[in-house]
Amino acid sequence: MDPIRSFRGDGGDQFLPVHIQLGEDRRSQLGELRRAPGLLGLLEPGEQAAHSVVIGDEKGQCVLVVRSDGTHRTYPHAIRGKPLQGGICLPGCSLGPAHRPNGSRRYTFSQMTSLWPRIEPILAKVQKPARYIGCEDGAQEPVHAPHKVAWLLVYPDAYEIGLPNQGLQILYEILNERPDAVAERSYAPWTDMEAELRRRGVPLFSVDTHRAAGDFDLIAFNLSAELVYTNVLNCIDLAGVPVRAAERGPEHPLIAAGGHCTFNPEPLADFVDLFVIGDGEEAVAEVTEAVAAWKTGGRGAGSRQRVLRDLAGVPGVYVPSMYDVAYDGERLVSVTPRFADVPERVEKRTIADLNEWPYPKNQLVPLTEVVHDRLNVEIFRGCTRGCRFCQAGMITRPVRERSSEQVRSMVSAGLQRTGYDEVSLTSLSSADYSGIEDVVGGIITDPMCQGSVGVSLPSLRVDAYTVGIASEIAKVRRTGLTFAPEGGTWRMRQVINKLIREEDLYGAAESAFSQGWQRMKLYFLIGLPTETDEDVLGIAELARRCAAIGHKHSRRVTVGASVGGFVPKPQTPFQWFGQDTAAYLRAKVNLLKDTVRRDRGVTLKWHDPQATLAEGLASRGDRRMGAVIEDVWRNGGVFQEWSEHFDIRLWESAMERNGLSIDWYVYRHRTEDEVLPWDHISAGLHKDFLWQDWQDALAASGVEDCRWTPCYDCGACTGFGIEHVVASPVPPAGGSQGTGQDLSTGGTVPVRLLASKPVLTP
Amino acid sequence: MKVRFRFSKLGKVRFTSHRDLARMWERAFRRVALPLAYTQGFSPRPRVSFGLALPTGAESVAEYLDVELAAGTSADVAALPGRLSPVLPTGIDVLATATLEAGAASLQHEVTSCSWLVETSGLSPDELQERVAAALAAGSLEIDRERKGQRSVQDVRPGILACEVDGTTLVAELATQPRALRPSELLIAVAGGLEEVRVRRTSQWIQRDGARQEPIRLSTDATDAPHAVRRAS
Repeated sequence: MDPIRSFRGDGGDQFLPVHIQLGEDRRSQLGELRRAPGLLGLLEPGEQAAHSVVIGDEKGQCVLVVRSDGTHRTYPHAIRGKPLQGGICLPGCSLGPAHRPNGSRRYTFSQMTSLWPRIEPILAKVQKPARYIGCEDGAQEPVHAPHKVAWLLVYPDAYEIGLPNQGLQILYEILNERPDAVAERSYAPWTDMEAELRRRGVPLFSVDTHRAAGDFDLIAFNLSAELVYTNVLNCIDLAGVPVRAAERGPEHPLIAAGGHCTFNPEPLADFVDLFVIGDGEEAVAEVTEAVAAWKTGGRGAGSRQRVLRDLAGVPGVYVPSMYDVAYDGERLVSVTPRFADVPERVEKRTIADLNEWPYPKNQLVPLTEVVHDRLNVEIFRGCTRGCRFCQAGMITRPVRERSSEQVRSMVSAGLQRTGYDEVSLTSLSSADYSGIEDVVGGIITDPMCQGSVGVSLPSLRVDAYTVGIASEIAKVRRTGLTFAPEGGTWRMRQVINKLIREEDLYGAAESAFSQGWQRMKLYFLIGLPTETDEDVLGIAELARRCAAIGHKHSRRVTVGASVGGFVPKPQTPFQWFGQDTAAYLRAKVNLLKDTVRRDRGVTLKWHDPQATLAEGLASRGDRRMGAVIEDVWRNGGVFQEWSEHFDIRLWESAMERNGLSIDWYVYRHRTEDEVLPWDHISAGLHKDFLWQDWQDALAASGVEDCRWTPCYDCGACTGFGIEHVVASPVPPAGGSQGTGQDLSTGGTVPVRLLASKPVLTP
Repeated sequence: MKVRFRFSKLGKVRFTSHRDLARMWERAFRRVALPLAYTQGFSPRPRVSFGLALPTGAESVAEYLDVELAAGTSADVAALPGRLSPVLPTGIDVLATATLEAGAASLQHEVTSCSWLVETSGLSPDELQERVAAALAAGSLEIDRERKGQRSVQDVRPGILACEVDGTTLVAELATQPRALRPSELLIAVAGGLEEVRVRRTSQWIQRDGARQEPIRLSTDATDAPHAVRRAS
């Protein structure tokens, strides 16, 4: 295969040979060469290298030169800009005419190129340049080859948000372990970096070997939040790929996406070639195989359609271009496959046994500050608490616990390898893990940890029992305690099925403050179905009473209430609910602000109701929302989840320009007979189960956690022939939430929702 | 027991900040299980002290770090470079170690000047030569300096202890007392429009018995540290 795939006329004055060809007799040096600084790739036996090649560092200080005859020589004192003797050139230099295959044009080897010499001078001019250098402990510099499918895994947000993402790290390792794939990573360049890249004509690049994004076969995005959608378009554009899938040819990479947001893929259907729904561990193998066939087949004219058709047949893969969408006015009528071999409904992928996937094995340790900067070990996936607002809990069923032995060994090996002094045992409700006390106790008393390793448990259940675990942990390091009652009154919490009793919360507060905690954070949602002023004021009441409990122990106690606006999510019982207007949410926030103003020790934080509106548009939109997302992006709307960049006017004017109604998409209650834009995507949940749960919600009637009580056939287990993997047959001690309460207090007559939402003027 | 480390910061890792560097070292110390002394209090931190912060983006073969080991513990100081370099990021190499006497002065206190290589662009070698000569001949060089948001006009000429020109590279010794003169400030003082391409700290100097010396001397040429340069690059 000709290594020269494309010409780049845009000031590509650097010739950067990076592949090395070694004779069989030199293969023994491979190990040494792989560690050679600046090495960007090795040719496999039988592949041709066009030239003698150079390994150089980014300074142009050549360290090792390997000629095509296999001999090599080191040049430790090479100087940038001065070619070495013997016609060998350095990164950052032009190759002499004799060494340009066509003698006249400047070009780079597109599949062989590191952009580092062009990126490096930019880094002195941007904020936080360490975002762009890679070099993390655990980072890989994979060897690209024509028979290997090259994946670029992109988290479409800033590096410090994206780096810790476990989903991306898991796939990064799994793919790089495969003989037929390589994977590198990229993150959305911050706005200052983007401006420099565009000004200099430098494309989006991987942080591992600084390779151009357009040189990969697949650019795969992690979609964890809807407000990053405009960043996805920006990254595609920065990669030099047409943003609309219909305009792409065989020379362009395939654009893929996975993650929780893909359970409604329609808003991005015009831009993404394929979505992988559900767990990615197994699906990436089948996608790799289909793409490998495309790549080795030469990616000829018409081949893109063919590979997409093949991919549409892979279980869990949704290829939007293989479906026709019909509307009747505003109403969505149908989403139907265009071909008989394309599935009508795409079922999510689910891995049955988490123990078979002990990833990441080499969690990335960043050199610069990121969120969740600690060892993360996933202890179970899935949740059946049944909180009705929670998309993650609905779409990741059933519960699959990792064995406690594997958790211990992953923690122990991970701490040893990374040097972290904190480990987070992650899941959607970590206190529900069977034998959580033993695991936590084992870590903090492990002699290797020298009693100095902190453990954090995200998503703690609310009760005194979990505070007991927390106090074990706090012997090492005491951080704040965070609980999420979500609703202000018991009635509200029955509606959302977050079955925390007031005595659970006060018990937790008493336990925490009596053991010396000074700070407690409480998370709440406003704008929930059937919510009244009384429910909103209940938030203030809970916070106030927790603070009062704390003040019995210390005058310095503070309770912080964080209030977020509720966005109904696809594939949940609340998917039919009309979201509160931004004005109404603001009125509720103001009500709370007025109420807690005089309360000592209570602080209030709230989420911007206008961002809640934009998230609502992207969450439950249909395919027509694509034009709006593109419009927002074309008008400069990137990093929309960052308050300094968010601008609701971009969204409102984009809706207007495209003739779409915010009221219809966001504020309207949907009806039972309505075709929902994501009905052809299945999380395994029966639609009639979701509707029944929605009716139960309106009747303020809770349901128990099916891990320990009889199945009510939501569909997640039965549909896939998979069951909960839970070590303990009984609910965890003290875990009242959703188990064993008296749930008889719920009303039997469903609340009737008003036909339209109250509209308030701000 | 207190140990002083001399280390390099070369290659891509130079784009990390001073704070980032502190975290890298803490993780490295934990990985080799070196028992450090910790501060008291709510959130104990290891007792480590870095010398003068290196600007983000600058390289160095003369960075220093003082570390206090936990009471009653000791370590084979000569073996530490070999243990620590492999667990530090590529580009950070421990070049030398030394045991500090009790009560030794801090780096921040003792270091009086630093040597720098500053590769520039914007002027030809001849023009650069001319401007440097003019700057060194001047009685004073006033520039706008900013520190913690406070702007003031100051004479930086006394801080330029030496400055030679090698092609488009400046080889300079800049004072760190009373206030450290940065390479970027040197360029402003020499000529407008002069841009730094690459900056490397090659030495930090302390005064002993009227002569200057490095806090830790290297057995090889201290300003070159060739093996470290090679490993990082």
